[in-house]
This record gives sequence, C-alpha cells and structure tokens, in this order.
Amino acid sequence: MESVNAKYVSQKISKTRWRPVSHSSLQQPDIFATGSWDNEDNKISFWSIGNHGSSGMDEGFEGDPQLLCEHKHDGDVLDLQFLDQDRIVTTSSTGAVTIFRHHQNSQTISVSQRWPRVHRYPCDNAPCTGVVCSSPEIVTVGEDGKIIVFRADQEGVIRVIENADSSTIHAVTYLRTTEILTVNSIGQLKLWDLRQQSNSPSQILSLSGDRLPLHCVDRHPNQQHIVATGGQDGMLCVWDVRQGSTPFSLMEAHSAEMWEVHFHPTNPDHLFTCSEDGSLLHWETSTHSDMPSFLQGGRNNSMISRSAMAPAGGNQSLISTWLSGDSSKGRLETTHMLPSQTLSVNSLDVLGQCLVCGTDGEAIFVNRQVPV
Amino acid sequence: MEELDVEPAITNIPAASDGKHLGFAWGPGDILAYETLYMAPGMCRHQHKPLSMFSHSCAKGSGCSFIHEVRKDEDIYSPILRKLFNESHHIFVGLQTIREDLPSKNKKTQFVSISKNYRSVIRACMEELQQVAASVLVLQVSILLAIELIWNLCEVLFIDAAPAGPLLLHLLDWVRLHKGDVDEKAREVLQSESPAEHHDYWDVVVSYVLQGRFEEARQMLVKQATLQPAARNMYKLMDTLLSKMPFYNPGGTQTLTEFDVKWRHWHEEVDRCLQDNSFASNQHLEIICKILVGDEDTLLEHKELLSTWYHFLVTRLLFCHPTVKPTELHYYAQSCMTMFLDLRSVPEPLDSILLAAFEFDIHQVIKDCSIALNNWWFVAHLTDLLDHCKLLQSHNLHFGSNLREFLLLEYASGLFTHHSLWQLAVDYFDNCPEFGHVYLELQIERVPLDTERKALKVLRICEQRQMSEQVRSICKIMAMRALRNNRLGSALSWSIRAKDAAFATLISERFLQDYCARGTFSDLDLIDNLGPAMLLSDRLTFLVKYREFHKLYEENRFSEAAKLLLSLITAKIAPRSFWMTLLTDALPLLEQKEVSHSAHCALHCGFGHDLCFSKHT
Repeated sequence: MESVNAKYVSQKISKTRWRPVSHSSLQQPDIFATGSWDNEDNKISFWSIGNHGSSGMDEGFEGDPQLLCEHKHDGDVLDLQFLDQDRIVTTSSTGAVTIFRHHQNSQTISVSQRWPRVHRYPCDNAPCTGVVCSSPEIVTVGEDGKIIVFRADQEGVIRVIENADSSTIHAVTYLRTTEILTVNSIGQLKLWDLRQQSNSPSQILSLSGDRLPLHCVDRHPNQQHIVATGGQDGMLCVWDVRQGSTPFSLMEAHSAEMWEVHFHPTNPDHLFTCSEDGSLLHWETSTHSDMPSFLQGGRNNSMISRSAMAPAGGNQSLISTWLSGDSSKGRLETTHMLPSQTLSVNSLDVLGQCLVCGTDGEAIFVNRQVPV
Repeated sequence: MEELDVEPAITNIPAASDGKHLGFAWGPGDILAYETLYMAPGMCRHQHKPLSMFSHSCAKGSGCSFIHEVRKDEDIYSPILRKLFNESHHIFVGLQTIREDLPSKNKKTQFVSISKNYRSVIRACMEELQQVAASVLVLQVSILLAIELIWNLCEVLFIDAAPAGPLLLHLLDWVRLHKGDVDEKAREVLQSESPAEHHDYWDVVVSYVLQGRFEEARQMLVKQATLQPAARNMYKLMDTLLSKMPFYNPGGTQTLTEFDVKWRHWHEEVDRCLQDNSFASNQHLEIICKILVGDEDTLLEHKELLSTWYHFLVTRLLFCHPTVKPTELHYYAQSCMTMFLDLRSVPEPLDSILLAAFEFDIHQVIKDCSIALNNWWFVAHLTDLLDHCKLLQSHNLHFGSNLREFLLLEYASGLFTHHSLWQLAVDYFDNCPEFGHVYLELQIERVPLDTERKALKVLRICEQRQMSEQVRSICKIMAMRALRNNRLGSALSWSIRAKDAAFATLISERFLQDYCARGTFSDLDLIDNLGPAMLLSDRLTFLVKYREFHKLYEENRFSEAAKLLLSLITAKIAPRSFWMTLLTDALPLLEQKEVSHSAHCALHCGFGHDLCFSKHT
C-alpha cells in the first residue's frame, strides 16, 4: 500500500476514468479525467500522474496527480466516458449529455457538442445516470427510464427507446457491438438488441430473492457472456447471460451500496469493486486447471504470474473461474486497497498497473503498482 | 442573559440604502436581511429634503427588491481551506478510534503524533494559500499562521507536557519554527560576495545566538575571524564560549541538577569575560557576550530581531533560567510581555491567548480563540484532542452538554449548511454522545435531494443509525416525486425500501386505474418480475396475481386461470371497485369446457355470493 496517497481536491468526485492508451504500446496510463458532484459549480478536470517524467520530477518519483485543466459542468457529473483520446462524454443531473474536447497543446477544454435536456419528464428534467460509448455511437440511460442512442458529430438523437423501464436505469454497458445491457432499481438486467426496432428488451434477468436495485454492471473483456453486477446490498453477482435468468454466483462484498465494478481489461482474473462503505476491493481468482498451456505460465494457487502484458486471448480455461460460484474454497482472494475510514468511494478505474479512485472525502487515490 | 464578553462586531451591508430600516430572519448559518418601508417617527425630519418631496418618492414605491444574505463564516466556501476540513475530518475519525485500554505512555505518543498531523495539514493549506498570492488571502494566511502557532504551543505545554529541562528545548523548537526569516536572511548573506562584510551579517549572527543556534553562529563567525587576523584571540574565545554552553540532553544520564550546576559554571565564565573586558574592542562581540549572560537591556535593544515578546521570553529563559519549570512559565511570560510591548499598545488577541496558554488556563485559551476566530474548526478539533488527553475537567455548560460536545456540535452544524461538506458533519455528530443524534435527525431532513444517487446516500446514513422516521420520510418524498412523473417502478422501489405498505397500495391503485382506463397493463416488466416484493401490500399482491390471471387466460390455460380467479375472489384482497370487473372476467370462463366441474360450481357460488354482497353495499 506504499504507493497509495490521498490527494485532496476540494470537490467530491463522482466519476474518474483513465484516458485509454493504445493497445500496441506498453505504456502505463498517465492522464485521467474526473467529474465532481454536489457542488454549486461542478467541474470536469484532467489530471496527469507524469509517468513520462514530463513534469520535471525525478526518475521513479511517485508524485501527486497534477491538475492539467478543468471546465465548468452544469449539474452533477453522473457518468463520464472517454470517447477517444481527446474527447469525453459526460452525463448530467440536469438530463444533458455533453462531449468535451481536451486540447492537449494548450491544456484547455472546450465543449464540442451538447444535447441539453434529452432525459426529461413531462415537466421536469431527469438526471441522466449512465453512458457507454463505442465511437462514434453513444448510448445513455436515465432516471426517466429512457434509452437514447446518439452519434457524435451528429445533431439530434438517433433513436429513443421510450419507457424502456418503469424504474430508474442505473447503468449501461455493451454486451456485443449491437447489444447493450442495462440494470435498474428493481434488480433486473435487461438485454437490448439495437438492431431491432421493438421497444422491449430481448431478455430479462433478475435475482431470485429481494428485488434490490442494481447500480453497476461490467462485462468480462474476453468472454462476452459473463457479466458482473453490484447493487444496493453490496453483493457481487456474476451472471451467465446465455444460461438461465438468475445469477451464477453471489458473493458478499460490501456492507453498503456497490457503486462500480470493473474487470481488469487485460487480466480479467482480477476484478475491482468500490462501495459506499468506503472500501475498494481487489478480487483475484486463480485457476487450478490441468491445461499445461504456456499462456498460463504455471498458474496455480500459490504462484501468481505477474506478466505485464497478458496475451490477448487471456485465460483459456473452458469454465471461467468467476462462474465457479464458490468463494469459500479459497480460490478467490480479496484485498482492501485503501486505508480504512474513508468516506464513500464513488468511482474507480483500472488500466494496466494503475488504479485511480475518487471519494466523497474529496480525495483522489492513485496506485501505480496494482499487483495484476 | 449573561453579560457579553466583547462588544458585538458591526457588519455593514454596502448594497442596502442609507437610512433604511432593515428586517431580518435567522437561517442555519446566515441571516437574510431586507429593506423595509418602515419609517421611524423621527425619520422624515432628518432627511434634508422638503417633506413633500420625500413623500413623493415614497409614493412611487421605492422599495428595494434585494434580499441580502449575511454570512458569518466565509471559510467553508474557500476551495483551498476545504482541504483543511476534509483532511482534518480524516484525522478526527482516526482519533476517535484510539483504544481506551492502551497504557498512557503509548497514548501520549499517539496524541502527539495526531497533533503533529493536524499541524501539518494547517501548514500544507498555508503553503498553498501563499502560492496563490492573491491579496485577499493574506489575511487568511496570517490567521492560519496564528492558529498553527497557538496549536504548536498547546502541543508543547499540554499534550507533550514536557517537564523542566526538555521544556525549554521544545520552546526553542517552537520559536525557531515560527521565525523563518532568519534562514532567508542568512542565505542572502552567504550567497553574497563577501558575507562577512554584508550589512546584514551581524544581524544574522545575533539572530542565531538569540535562537540558541550556536553551531550556525560559530560557522558565521569563522568568516569574520579570517578577515580580522589581529583579533584572532578574541574570536577564538567567543568560539569557545559558544561551544561550551551546555544543553540539557533528555535522553542522557545527566540529571537536571547536574545540568544546572554545569550551566551556572558556564554562566560565571561568560560573566568573567564580560567583567574582564575581553571583548571591549569589538562592539559586536561585546553585545553577543552580554546576550549570552542574559542581560535584559541588551536583549531589549534587539526588539527588531526578536520581533515578538514570546521570542524574547524564550531567549531570556535560555540565557537566564534554562531549567524553568512549567509552573513558573507564566511569571516570566507576564513580565516579558510587559517589558517588550510598549505601555501604550493594546495587547492583541493572539498575545492574550498565548499568555493564557503559558498560564495553563486551557479554558481561557479556548474561549479567547472562539471569540477571535469566525470558524469553529480550530477550537472544536483542539478541544476534542485535549479532551482525549483527559486535560479538560468536565465543565458542564448551562445547556447540559460538556465543552467538547458543544464545540463539535457548533462546528458540525456550520458544516451542514454547506452544500457539499454536510457529509463530513455526520461523523462529528456521531461522536457527540448526548445531542449528536438529535442534531443529525433535524439536519439530515433538510439536505436537498436532487438526484436518486444523493437520496440513496442520505438514506444509507439514516439506515446505519436506525433513524427509521427519516428513512420513511425520505422514501416517501422520492416515491411521491416518482409518482408525479409517472415512474411507477421507481415509486415502487422506494416504497419497498421503506417497507411502506400504504404507499405500495397507492401505487397499485394507480396501476389498476390505468388498467380500467385503457384495458391493458402498463409496465409489464415490473409487474411480471416483482418476486417476493409483491407481498408488501395486499393490493400489490392482488395486482400481480390479477396480471398472472390475464397471462394464464391468454395462454389458454383456462383451468388454472379459473382456479386463480376463484382464489382472488375468495381471498377478498380485491378493491371494491374491482369486484364487478372480476365477475365480468369470470363470465367467459364459465363458458369454457376445460374448466372443471367443481371449479364451475365454485365460480357460480362465488358469483352469487358476491352479487348479493355488492347489492347490499
């Protein structure tokens, strides 16, 4: 935990995301964006952790994140995604969706495109709670239960699925290039096929017990049928969307709402969750497979290989360890990554060996040596 | 009412017109003021205008349309000071968890390190404010400097509670930390071409001596000595005197008495040098020698270098009474202050606070700081730390709680008025055993809930503290809002969270009304997938089962449909308005052949029973 320090930033952080690095390079990420909430003047900001030594620090010196630039944001930043290297999409509590462009040369931010009040009730604005993008397509969801599809650089909306849900949709993610997955506040996962014109989901999955709200969802990077969700009771659920309509495994994770869940994009045996109870957990499974594949590098319970670049195919085991559903057999390790007694951790993002998270205690934590 | 400690400060509202009578209303952290049309009886005559003109302008309704908000505490809105509040909150929460059963020696080291943490947070804020270098912030910087000075002294005297011997060393550190300009000047002198001839050279040497930094002083003097080979012996003598001054070593084996003896011996030696006129030919060295012997007049001649009376105090103690006991401090403090300050100048608040600290009057320190500062941050945290060190006698105030709790409550209430920092205040209320819970209950309901996410966070806070009233009321607010926007699923999820059966009934009625109006169900994804939540209210159960009946009917599973309908009728959970509908639904079933004979009869009976029933109501 030596490389984790708090940087206090005078704003409660609602979302934080790494700027994507090109797949071919071995670079660690160096820039991340944050959005604030609950301020009279909310902001989006870009920060650098100077992995390239550009801020004149000594070699290997782990300095604080430095603020590069910031821009006013109307309303709370409820979700934030990088569209490409220079642009981010944000969704606001005023129901607006905005694309900001980060000009790297002058370190300024400008509004590139804006769709005000796309999520709304008949006589009021509705907060837009989630966004996912696959350039140039952008999909947003909101408290008004609508799913809206946009294209960057095109005015107006492409498609609106009215009344997609009678309750609030909390998060959305891509399952395949034409299918999306949403979670709502009555504990349902819904699959939508965007190729079809119908306004109803192609599949609905839900928990068998209490219908507690689900807050976050993430898909396994390599195995597209595996999805993890987290909800109000802090339980981590892993689902197989091909089979059955109930989760494959349920694990007790946190003592309060889980706000975000992320598979590591290149090492999907690692999962990260953060919660209202102020903890950030790093989940690590290890396989006990008999396959002597060189890709596994001799993985077993005691030895975890730490290759910086995992092969593109990832773990080739036929049954993903996430679906084994048994955390008591010691094949699943969980580690707390933050000092205790922080306020709610609202957001996290992990890329390569770097992890960034933001809290309600107005602090950002960056860890550059995540053991993946 | 008790008498006031100080005269209340007057705040001018620049935007308000002269002479107008202001009305006001108290808010949680501020006052709203507005201009009224009220004219006190003598007012018109004081206007130097003919009466007619005045009444003319009055008739035009020249009331001002502004409301002025007067805020006492601007600090919580400063972006840099916000870091102070957040970081100190973290330290505060950590402090509360220190276990009671640790031996007191371990606890003392922990408390000292927590005190140092607080101070480093203050210093970090100060440095950041200095970097911003705006003119308005100069006042804030000086306030933070003063706060850190006071806190440091309290740490030395109260928390660390050093005995005679180490006490002086800590006080020396304290003074050195807060007089940074000596190093700056020294750097300037040393970087010049010929340091020994720099006009500030002797000032630097004397400053070092006054602060007890003899190593640095000797190094500086060497430069002068090389320039004056003729006076070599004199400089050598001074160097010897400086090197031989004994400093008490707390970790060593020497007792205080032994140290005292050694020190007196050295003191006599210096005095002899003075009497022998060894330094008579060099006025600077003579001055230094007089300082070493502790001559008050010489010390007072260097008021500019000392710059504060407490520096003068520590220097005087260093050269006259290095074995000073904590209980003797206040005699020296009082006399030094009198000697140093002009008779005409009024002691500033900082001076009286420091004096109270030297007198070990903790309550006076806290009281004076509360009056002088506009924000409760400092006194709340310091008092809490001192309370943990068991240094505050339980001093019950008129309103029942003790001093620590009172200050924490005031501070946290101030935080709650802030649109963002209210979350920190919750932890402070948690640690006020008597009134914290009540305060939290009253304040938490006033947090505006713009988004569902914020409402969820507030709810979590309430649920963790078993504030069920507040949970119910918040869920009801959110559910009503959702209902108004026709988000029936959201409304239902809020009522499930609050376990509010009455509201669930209300929502179900809405659904049923919709059905009656349009003939179809809306939000099927909700009704079909409720699971065990449907048991929350009878009406809700009815709704779900009724929909199930429709589904079974559509799938041509008539016998099951009939059974279900029968159970619905007999269970009597249907609202009265729906009975006719149910009966109408039963009709086509009676015509179905698949419906079993017994079900047939039962339906007929049920039919008849209900018809009679409905006729009589």
